[in-house]
Amino acid sequence: MATLIPAAAPPRSVPKPQGRLGGRWTRFALRRTGRLLVSLWVLVTVSFLMIHLVPGDPVRAALGMTAPTELVEAKRQALGLDDPLLTQYVHYLGNLLHGDLGESITTQLPVSETISQRLPATASLAVLAFLVAIAVAIPLGVAVAVATRRGRRRRTELAFAGSSVVLGAIPDFLVGVALVAVFAVGLGWFPVAGRTDASSYVLPVLALAIGPAAVLARIVRVEMLSVLETDYVRTARAKRLPARRIHLRHALPNAVTATLTLGGMLLASMIAGTVLVENVFAWPGLGSTIVQSIVTKDYPVVQGTVLVYGLGVLVINTLVDVALAVLDPRSTIGEL
Amino acid sequence: MSQRWFRIVKTPVGIVGLGLLALIVLLAVFAPILWGDKASTVDTENILAGPSAQHWFGTDNLGRDLFFRVLVATRLSLTLTLVATALGTVIGLVLGTAPQLLGGRLGRLVTALVNVFVAFPGLLLVLVFAVIFGVGARGAVLAIGLAVAPGLARLCQTLVAGVAGLEYVAAARIAGVNRFRIMARHVLPNVAEPLIVNVTITAGAILLSFAGLSFLGLGVQAPEYDWGRLMQDGLSGIFVHPLAALAPGIMVVLAGLAFNLTGEAIAGVFGISTTTGTGTMQVPSGETPVTELRHDHEADGDLVLDVRDLSVTFPGVNGPVRPVRGVSFAIAVGEAVGVVGESGSGKSLTALAIAGLVEEPASVDARHLTFCGTDLLEEPANGQTHDKLLGTSLAVVFQDPMTSFNPTMRIGAQLAEVGRHHQGLDRKEASERAVDRLRAVRVRDPERRARQYPFEFSGGMRQRAMIGMGLMGSPRLIIADEPTTALDVTVQSQVLALLQDVRREEGAALLLISHDVSVVADVCDRVLVMYAGRIVEDLPTADLRTRARHPYTRALVAAVPAMTTDVDAPLATIPGHPVEPAQVPVGCAYAARCPLATQRCLEQDPTLTAGPGGSRVACWHATEPAEVLTAQEAIA
Amino acid sequence: MSTLEFDHVTVRYGASTVLDEVSLIVPDGEIVGLVGESGSGKSTLAKAAVGLAPVHGGQILLDGEPIRLRGRHRPVQMVFQDPFSSLDPRMTIGESIAEALYRPESGRLSRAGRRVEIARLLELVHLDAGRAGHRPGELSGGQRQRVALARALAGRPRLVIADEITSALDVSVQGAVLNLVREMQRELGLSMLFISHNLAVVRYVASQVAVLEGGRIVEHGPTAEVLGRPQHDYTRQLLAAIPGGHDTLTKETNA
Ligand SMILES: Nc1ncnc2c1ncn2[C@@H]1O[C@H](COP(=O)(O)OP(=O)(O)OP(=O)(O)O)[C@@H](O)[C@H]1O
Ligand code: SF4
Ligand SMILES: [Mg+2]
Repeated sequence: MATLIPAAAPPRSVPKPQGRLGGRWTRFALRRTGRLLVSLWVLVTVSFLMIHLVPGDPVRAALGMTAPTELVEAKRQALGLDDPLLTQYVHYLGNLLHGDLGESITTQLPVSETISQRLPATASLAVLAFLVAIAVAIPLGVAVAVATRRGRRRRTELAFAGSSVVLGAIPDFLVGVALVAVFAVGLGWFPVAGRTDASSYVLPVLALAIGPAAVLARIVRVEMLSVLETDYVRTARAKRLPARRIHLRHALPNAVTATLTLGGMLLASMIAGTVLVENVFAWPGLGSTIVQSIVTKDYPVVQGTVLVYGLGVLVINTLVDVALAVLDPRSTIGEL
Repeated sequence: MSQRWFRIVKTPVGIVGLGLLALIVLLAVFAPILWGDKASTVDTENILAGPSAQHWFGTDNLGRDLFFRVLVATRLSLTLTLVATALGTVIGLVLGTAPQLLGGRLGRLVTALVNVFVAFPGLLLVLVFAVIFGVGARGAVLAIGLAVAPGLARLCQTLVAGVAGLEYVAAARIAGVNRFRIMARHVLPNVAEPLIVNVTITAGAILLSFAGLSFLGLGVQAPEYDWGRLMQDGLSGIFVHPLAALAPGIMVVLAGLAFNLTGEAIAGVFGISTTTGTGTMQVPSGETPVTELRHDHEADGDLVLDVRDLSVTFPGVNGPVRPVRGVSFAIAVGEAVGVVGESGSGKSLTALAIAGLVEEPASVDARHLTFCGTDLLEEPANGQTHDKLLGTSLAVVFQDPMTSFNPTMRIGAQLAEVGRHHQGLDRKEASERAVDRLRAVRVRDPERRARQYPFEFSGGMRQRAMIGMGLMGSPRLIIADEPTTALDVTVQSQVLALLQDVRREEGAALLLISHDVSVVADVCDRVLVMYAGRIVEDLPTADLRTRARHPYTRALVAAVPAMTTDVDAPLATIPGHPVEPAQVPVGCAYAARCPLATQRCLEQDPTLTAGPGGSRVACWHATEPAEVLTAQEAIA
Repeated sequence: MSTLEFDHVTVRYGASTVLDEVSLIVPDGEIVGLVGESGSGKSTLAKAAVGLAPVHGGQILLDGEPIRLRGRHRPVQMVFQDPFSSLDPRMTIGESIAEALYRPESGRLSRAGRRVEIARLLELVHLDAGRAGHRPGELSGGQRQRVALARALAGRPRLVIADEITSALDVSVQGAVLNLVREMQRELGLSMLFISHNLAVVRYVASQVAVLEGGRIVEHGPTAEVLGRPQHDYTRQLLAAIPGGHDTLTKETNA
């Protein structure tokens, strides 16, 4: 491999030392906020357009072929679907600013009310699963990386790789079904469905966390392994620091930075994962709501829930970027 | 290339993955033909029955056999997956190559758009598209295909941008090749493998998504059925017999694994994912010719470093490989020794081995290795390590200042660590010492600089800081491996001057590795010339240009143009290639390129022997200056 | 071969001006060396001449006419620094060269004609014609740079730009590539802009030297004069920094 290392590396251009620290952070905040706003706008616009992209008449579709024409017309009127698109768009945005998400076609209840009723169940599920996944994945990934570095402990490596691939490949709703079959139906340790007391959280949280934890642990391990091969870890070794310090102070923060981006996407997908898991456990959250409303073509409800989910994802992405910026100051200067 | 694809079948992961995939494809093709009828036979006698000899997995609410239904469902599940994968891949490729093909503002717009969509998880997009395209198999294919497109597009963009930035693409553009042809001929073939890996793994994810959608009741609708649909049907009866829900689930997992493992296997074979080397091996004892040391007769007290018969061995495919083969030298207190040689001659490995930084699977052997009078080959008796001695008395400076500092830690903290761990300083004392050391290596405004991160330092500044780090203790020896290669000439001369000053002030010895003979000549008292893992000549730098006796040393010096080189004569060149460590010949390693080589050179390896004036040379014909001179002309 | 003229060329990337009204002439049949630190704009000047950098002001002329930067037959060709990324690893070196071959206005080159031409070019850079079927992975760094040079010559350019073509090479092969460059210039009358950070290398191949600092040419003239009696401070600094030649090392406090 040595032949790949150029004998005389040409002088490399050196980034000019940055000026004030504050300036860098301000620019980062501006850029990041700008991106958040654009994403937000796309999200809102997509949720608005969704109903217009449905082939045919969405109201007719929602009310069914047998509904009387007058009823359909009245509903169209009420939803403002006969106005010019732009007017509707402006209207939609205006309502959004007031927290008005319209009302359900089927139940006539305000969508915002339904969402605020059901959001806590979903949010608590997602947050708990998130914490469990992180708490398991990072220590596990680091430990396995350090233990299996440079071809040591082949068997441990194989066992870890095998089980994490399999666990990562099982979709969360299937994990849920399996967990229910074993621990609820079979052993009767936990409730089968519903959200009652703390014990009812155990199975859904596990169902949601196991897959991402496995994938995340794999990523942490791979990142950790590559960080352990870097020049600066060699420098730390040359300083004869204790192994603990090399691993935890020099390698881990850098491994986590690299993990964060991928991990953030994984966690964002966990939010979406609640949709399936909630359906397995008849969890009274937004996930059941969105599926039901898609089936019944209750478009205002779909729009509202999609917005909330999207918002959750955007918040996570932003948090990840901020965390990244704190951990790795370089990321505040790059193109984001 | 095709050989590499073939290697996939030889890896365990590949065998399992491809085997599963083949099984699933066979099922998809034949199951509906063979068992289509059985799967749809209604048996009203046996509604929702549990597993039995007749119905292995039981029956559904119309009494249809679940085992056969699961098998038959393979075709629909797989077909949907493949169609959606194809859709997603095509859109992904179009969007992924668009920025390069369109260029300019339009290209950036595509990139930005993809970036926004990629932030949203696939399932959310699927749900949005499912609303638009309606509930059902067709809607699900469109929804999932579109939902995976941004991710693939982004991947494709990154890969394409990586290759498009390479020089051969620039060269093709300058040669007038148009952008579509460049994309087709140069870019896409070179990103094919990672793309294939990711598409395969995405296919696995798509399969799971279909199962999920059908499970939610948004995908395949009765009377058609895929695995997800079967699972949903089974869920209602999970109390009675769980197998009805689990059996299709297991098929989903197996199919998903088939795609994932196949992807992993391809990635492994093409080196896309990371797997580390082979296990450690026993190293056979080296039969290196015994070398004579100049300092064999000198008092040991004057030596900072004394190395004899140092070798570094790697396990190789065809037995151990030894890139450093018996290196012996010593460095006196305060002496500056340079090491020169071609790339791969073992300079860095020698330095790393001395510093104890060679890691598994390589192993280091030596007959003798003392540093400041301490035998490094022996662990100290009282259960301690050499860490403190080496941490404070040995300083190491590496080639690339850009990568040798921890990017997430402040410079000051990185220096202070040494004081904290080896000198018993508290936090405050250590950081004060760090600032003081930065000042010592002439970093301006050290208080402020200590609080900065490495990326806020220029290359030269970092190399200064790196030297400063070595000065946290009181170094007896500084090992510097190409410390200025990555720097500009003007900065290089400043860093070299700094090294000289430090050496003078601290009385430290220096081991300076460089491919640049002039750098070594400038800084060092003595130079070691390495070739194929051996020292072939050891001489005072003053003699380097005029009195070198080894043909390799002479050629090396003559090949580099200096400011005094005769511009009318062609430069000397060394014919042939350096020796690969795995293929070191029996005799002199340089024989194949040496104009003086004789039969003896091909048969016997010359030993490094001391000559008059204490210099050493390993060459059978080194003592024949007349011949060397003609050889010099021969080289030219 | 032809004369290349940079006439007050300005290149900006965003807010930073990388080249500031650079004027430089590469005369017919001569090698002009361009030296300077990293970041001084050497490579940008090269890229501007082949259309890979955005020119915001001034013009680049070839024999008095604005240089053609689009379509086939581009009159200026370039050889790059990194021998490991300058050839497509999937193409044989013959294919790489064929892609750049000059095509006569009247139709295409025949298969045999192409093969002969590739063999001629390979021999020109002292490579065995049989190498045409090899892939870059089978060649050493020095051999790859020679292939890159052959590819640059394949399009019958009127001028070649060499950007740090030896700095990634081992010292033992650098000499061979430099010898080749000089031979090309002598035998083909090649005009060349030879970029390097190594003054000794430039001194060896170039008849004229231009010194670039911070996007401006600070000194330009015959090699012997510029390196022998430098007028500008910066040139003197560069000369003083060369290891081996001078024993007084400048001691600056800030690198
Ligand atoms: N991890 C490794 N596995 C196998 N061989 C290795 C490994 N690291 C280095 N080598 C081999 O050891 C030999 C010497 O490498 P080394 O890095 O010491 O060369 P060098 O003289 O420092 O070269 P350069 O001038 O390019 O820095 C090379 O031929 C290389 O192939
Ligand atoms: S021993 Fe022989 S082959 Fe080796 S360098 Fe000396 S003369 Fe050349
Ligand atoms: Mg090296």
